[in-house]
Amino acid sequence: MARFRRNADGATARFAPVEAAIIRDLVGQVIELIGADALDDPDDGDTLGGADAWSADSAPADPADDTGLTEAAGEPGVSGGNGASDDGPIDADALAAMIGFSDNTELPDDPVLARLLPDAYRDDPDASGEFRRYTESGLRSGKAAAARTVLATLPPAGGRIRLSEPEAQAWLRALNDVRLALGVRLEVTDDFDDQVANMEPEDPRAAYIGVYQWLAFLQETLVRALS
Amino acid sequence: MSTAPAEVQRPDTAQETARDLPWVTVVWNDPVNLMSYVTYVFQTVFGYAKPKAEKLMLDVHHKGKAVVSSGAREAMERDAETLHGYGLWATITHDS
Repeated sequence: MARFRRNADGATARFAPVEAAIIRDLVGQVIELIGADALDDPDDGDTLGGADAWSADSAPADPADDTGLTEAAGEPGVSGGNGASDDGPIDADALAAMIGFSDNTELPDDPVLARLLPDAYRDDPDASGEFRRYTESGLRSGKAAAARTVLATLPPAGGRIRLSEPEAQAWLRALNDVRLALGVRLEVTDDFDDQVANMEPEDPRAAYIGVYQWLAFLQETLVRALS
Repeated sequence: MSTAPAEVQRPDTAQETARDLPWVTVVWNDPVNLMSYVTYVFQTVFGYAKPKAEKLMLDVHHKGKAVVSSGAREAMERDAETLHGYGLWATITHDS
């Protein structure tokens, strides 16, 4: 199982092909979710299809139809579909970043996006909206950039990777965003261990628990490598 | 989280300055973020020494939230924006 260790420049780890495929798929989904929501044109089939696993309507209720997560977990080596070359949402990102702020002042409907892009004021929607107007596009592009660093440094076939300190820090944030997204979809709560212990085998979330726990382990090793 | 804070008596400067300045950044408990990661973020973002960062992390974990910085409203908004970039659940409030 892949784990990070400190090296002279930053951190290093060796990934099996299936591990690389899972991470690339999940990170790619976060990029598409962050970017897709900013697009005015929703006709990009790839973007919407790729984001299905995170969308409020699908995962994890029906994993059979749930493209992203199921493919990642079940088909080692199949990867790269959500890779860095998919620059549809990235263009929108860059545009929004150039403008510097957006008209969007509302907390996103999608619970994963709402967690990744939270309100800054608990009881003041106007102040939250104003904050969002000036910060959200930068927040989105920062998260997308961290995620793209993962895609750029993790080959689809896996293997030994060596990260500089800034790359390792980007990995840390991107892994955390993936875990936040999974946590929302898996309905993780403070008594998660009890949840897992009492989960029915046929619970559609059960298939993703292992991935979620492995990502926590991986992130923990990266925190230690950087501390 | 196996490493215990070495300096239990370290004064909590964030709490102290909060009395003098009107705005604070609050970090809320979250079932996903790792304790070690939250500590790392407090050290990285605010430059807090590890014992202070760990104390704040434990406050978040056990009390549900902690004041992590205080000052002018604009500065708190920058802190919240940075913490959101790290995936922490941060809000700004007027200290009353």
